[in-house]
Amino acid sequence: MLEIKNLHVELEEEEKKILKGVDLVLEPGKVHAIMGPNGSGKSTLSYVLSGRDGYEVTDGSATLEGEDLLDMEPEERAAAGLFLAFQYPVEIPGVGNMTFLRTAVNAQRKARGEDELSAGDFLKLVREKAKSLKIDADMLKRPVNVGFSGGEKKRNEILQMAMLEPKMCILDETDSGLDVDAMKLVAEGVNALRDGERTFLVITHYQRLLDHIKPDVVHIMADGRMITQGGPELALEVEHNGYANLLEDA
Amino acid sequence: MALPKIKQDLTDAVLSQPVPEGGSWLTAAREAARARLGALGMPIRRDEYWKFTNPEPWTGDAAFSTAAEASGIFDAAEPLTLVFTDGVFDADASDDLALDDVKIELLSTVGHTDLHWAKGLYGALEAAANGAERRDGARLFKPVARPMAALNTAMAEEGVLIHASGEAARPIRISYRTTGGTTQLHHLVKVEEGASVTILEEGMPGAQSNVMIEADVADNGTFHHLRIQGPEQDRATLTNFFARTGTESTLKTFGFTANGAATRNEAVIEITGDDATAHIAGGCLGDNERGSFHHDDTVYITHDAVNCESRQVFKKVLRNGATGVFQGKILVQPHAQKTDGYQISQSLLLDDDSQFLAKPELEIYADDVACSHGSTSGAIDEQALFYLRSRGVPRKEAEDLLTLSFLAEALEEIDEESLAEMVQAKIEDWLRG
Repeated sequence: MLEIKNLHVELEEEEKKILKGVDLVLEPGKVHAIMGPNGSGKSTLSYVLSGRDGYEVTDGSATLEGEDLLDMEPEERAAAGLFLAFQYPVEIPGVGNMTFLRTAVNAQRKARGEDELSAGDFLKLVREKAKSLKIDADMLKRPVNVGFSGGEKKRNEILQMAMLEPKMCILDETDSGLDVDAMKLVAEGVNALRDGERTFLVITHYQRLLDHIKPDVVHIMADGRMITQGGPELALEVEHNGYANLLEDA
Repeated sequence: MALPKIKQDLTDAVLSQPVPEGGSWLTAAREAARARLGALGMPIRRDEYWKFTNPEPWTGDAAFSTAAEASGIFDAAEPLTLVFTDGVFDADASDDLALDDVKIELLSTVGHTDLHWAKGLYGALEAAANGAERRDGARLFKPVARPMAALNTAMAEEGVLIHASGEAARPIRISYRTTGGTTQLHHLVKVEEGASVTILEEGMPGAQSNVMIEADVADNGTFHHLRIQGPEQDRATLTNFFARTGTESTLKTFGFTANGAATRNEAVIEITGDDATAHIAGGCLGDNERGSFHHDDTVYITHDAVNCESRQVFKKVLRNGATGVFQGKILVQPHAQKTDGYQISQSLLLDDDSQFLAKPELEIYADDVACSHGSTSGAIDEQALFYLRSRGVPRKEAEDLLTLSFLAEALEEIDEESLAEMVQAKIEDWLRG
């Protein structure tokens, strides 16, 4: 699904090397997790893949189903099926959540040459998806993420994911700032989207999220590289022993 | 004191024209305004309140030539519509001037009626605003010269007179059309105790225009006013809005402008009754690529009563070297305790060439008041832009959404939600070009 080869990335302004040769292959339908200490480059990887400004790719490639991701605008990546659930979802005063969702859904449909959803069909769909995430009508009417609690913001990210139906979902520290109940709700939302074809990349500091979203493969990232990978047991090992041993081995 | 020569010459040229004959009291009011203008002199760039905005587009010969048809905005509100083409009332294109509890007349028809409510209002608020600086006991009068308003009182030949004695069932729309040329109109609004009326102004009165509203809102009265200008480019538009409001009254006025070489909206609001509310808000979309864009909101609110609330909310979207100006003053009289005054003026600068000039002034002589003000200029929020684009929204569409987001606080000042939606839909049209 997603293939990253020898990816080198610098911060544009500081010429600081963040990613130093990332290699990663994500299999269709699988849930991959990336764990790693602070500053290892996990969030940078998610931003570079989704096309945020401020990063310069100095070497390497990233392809989504064979298409060169790095050559596309952020909106083209989204239309190609990539979705990033933000660690810190952005507040947009004055733009209703519903307007935002509808604009996004229809923009992607248009980009793919599909008909726009009618107002009625859209409303039906959004209500159905919102209900399963316990997002009430009021949250849909309010401006995007404005005044939302941490949990509401993350649920809103998952709602967008459910509405946009991407092929490749990246979750950037979705568990940060969530209590146990909120985390369960978010995990349920994600699990409901696991259909054997959709691929997930779950970036997290802690093993606890992976109790709820069971990964197929766990990758450990440190200092801008993938240093090792394994099954779910690797996450448990990190939880017990920290990263020190793994870093030494690498 | 002698006026500077350039000012004197301009003024002499204007005063050389006789005021229009309109009947005894109206002609007298015009003559009085003519005398005020003679003393004030026509505005020039050196005047303090014209420092940011060159008055020449209005004081010079009309170099503007755009013609404009009505836009159809507010059709869905099913308003009672009055059409003015080049400043002349068009009865055929207008609705019947019949509305329960509201008497609607034309200025040109009332000057010979000696006992008419308009007699006490025509030019009265303008004259008060143009009075001398003085004290009355502890109260201070610090007027800012409004020569263009005096000019309007002296020379305007037509206008609508609206007298609301109850709750108006429909809004009244004043719809302007023009074939070009210069237009002056002077409207009067009187809202009696407990009455309410909504007035919607739209369209272009003339290529060069100077339009005035004087509104007297009695105790418990409600006056809502919306003004939509644009999207014609080749025009110089000046508006004057004067209001005096009574106890527990509500005044809300909102204006939005798209394009236009020169726009200046002046507002003077005197809150004279306790527990009253007065909100003035507005915004503009200006893109110099269509021709020069200069947009000025100049506001003066006086709190002359206890426990009143005023809000000024102005948002300007400026692109390609466009200029936005905001001059906003609040004067709180010594006895106007418990005043709650809020003022915000902001610009969204979509490039490095555009500029926003803001001059907030607060003069507070009471000690138990809450007044806040702020003025900012900023660019599109890059984080929000990326967030929208990462969801598949193309850059232009995302910028438009963020522009609407920026304007939202001003649009929220429109009291009636359906009218706010109509204004927003029009802005969305304009953004899409």
